[in-house]
Amino acid sequence: MAVSESSTKVVLGGARGGPDVATLRQDRWWLQPVITVSVLTAFVIYSTWAAFQNKFYYVGAGVHRDLISPFYSPCLASSCVAGSKIGFAFNGWTLSPALLILIFPLGFRLTCYYYRRSYYRAFWWSPPACAVADSHETYSGETRFPLIMQNMHRYFFYAGLVFNTLLTYDAIRAFRQPGLGFGVTIGTIVLSINAVLLWSYSLSCHACRHLCGGGVRSFSKHPIRYRFWKMLTPLNAKHMNLAWASLIFVALTDVYVRLVASGALTDYKLF
Amino acid sequence: MADVTMRIWRGDASGGDFENYTIAQNEGEVVLDVIHRIQATDAPDLACRWNCKAGKCGSCAAEINGKPRLMCMTRMDQLPEGPVTVTPMKTFPIIRDLVTDVSFNFAQAEKVPAFLPPPMPEGGYVMFQEDVERGQEFRKCIECFMCQDVCHVIRDHEENKAHYAGPRFFIRYAELEMHPLDQNDRRDLVREEMGLGYCNITKCCTEVCPEHIKITDNAIIPLKERVVDAHYDPVAWLGRKILRRTKRSSAEATVQPAP
Repeated sequence: MAVSESSTKVVLGGARGGPDVATLRQDRWWLQPVITVSVLTAFVIYSTWAAFQNKFYYVGAGVHRDLISPFYSPCLASSCVAGSKIGFAFNGWTLSPALLILIFPLGFRLTCYYYRRSYYRAFWWSPPACAVADSHETYSGETRFPLIMQNMHRYFFYAGLVFNTLLTYDAIRAFRQPGLGFGVTIGTIVLSINAVLLWSYSLSCHACRHLCGGGVRSFSKHPIRYRFWKMLTPLNAKHMNLAWASLIFVALTDVYVRLVASGALTDYKLF
Repeated sequence: MADVTMRIWRGDASGGDFENYTIAQNEGEVVLDVIHRIQATDAPDLACRWNCKAGKCGSCAAEINGKPRLMCMTRMDQLPEGPVTVTPMKTFPIIRDLVTDVSFNFAQAEKVPAFLPPPMPEGGYVMFQEDVERGQEFRKCIECFMCQDVCHVIRDHEENKAHYAGPRFFIRYAELEMHPLDQNDRRDLVREEMGLGYCNITKCCTEVCPEHIKITDNAIIPLKERVVDAHYDPVAWLGRKILRRTKRSSAEATVQPAP
């Protein structure tokens, strides 16, 4: 592709000023990567453990409840416990049903622009913090495989919307308590908050903002898309907060359902 | 007020070292004030670039305590106690003391294919407020080049300067790509020659921008999404084919240097 020849000559490799040290920053720049590594590592360890458990993910009619862990919904294996299944099931699947579905929410978060920033900094040290030296000799960014696959983010976003719809259905279904009729329990509130946070996280996504209106050249020619874009822009500014809140809460939701399903906790009915 | 010790990098392309200057600190001073007093007293040969002293020209960009900042907008009383370290911008070759050669940026500016409007219709061009506002944010750029300085793609990997435009120019590309009258399509250019894929969204450019331009959220990520539209999204490709929506590509367009 034609680019105009630059008349300004740039000499690469000129001597840099300042001492040859990784950083001259005096503040606690390392704190943010430490927090990121701690929280993400804890989440990965817990979610891996929970996904392989293959039990205590559903609270059913036996205790007049209909609560399912977000790690196991939709439950697509024929081995899913009674009441947790949806219409379709994989017959030959013998492993945990969570392993069938977690690739989609995992892929959505892994390719998310905010999480990319966080784990490139915290895990890959590329760079660990602003104005702190990159720890790698060479750098090709997201121009080659596998990191060029980050461009698939919008497909995981689409899949995420399907999951959000199903988890919203789960939250609504939790209000119907078998044998007791309609009721509100701590569990229904937990599932509802989880669904709201996941929707907020998805709708605040940069790909969503682009697809809803950011991709157009002329807002004035697309007033409806402009309106969507304008609505999503303040939400997009909170994407980091929503990413953390939804990540932590989805794990807490699984913890709650697991404790109730194992009998360690009673799901108290409020009214 | 108590005295303050300024650790200032003195040197040129042949080498350098820190020199300490202990000087009285007056109330309300910014780092540039103290640098000027050192020039007036202890070190008349201390080189630093400055112009407006109001945070609008971008000339006095340097690294204060290791972070890119404008010397004229950094208040001394807001820095932590202890010596204040002042070094030149690390990404660019040093000329002398705090002055660097930023011509890399001018070369990148010349490569930006210029705004290409359609022929003037009768009555002139019409722009609506919502379209004007969108590009206005990017027009706030004062070209201090601190975003270029902090970007690790070129700060820590000199070799990438050959194929990476940097955040300051990605906002220029984004502004043009979002302009309703522009007819160029620069998506291939930013992907293949300007190194958009090298950016890994670490947002340091946004963190240091003195004009608070949301460089990553409002320019780089929208550009990346446009590249996805053009190259990685078969649904978008099919949509363009069905709706026969094609823009004039920058390969077809007259490529002119920016004014």
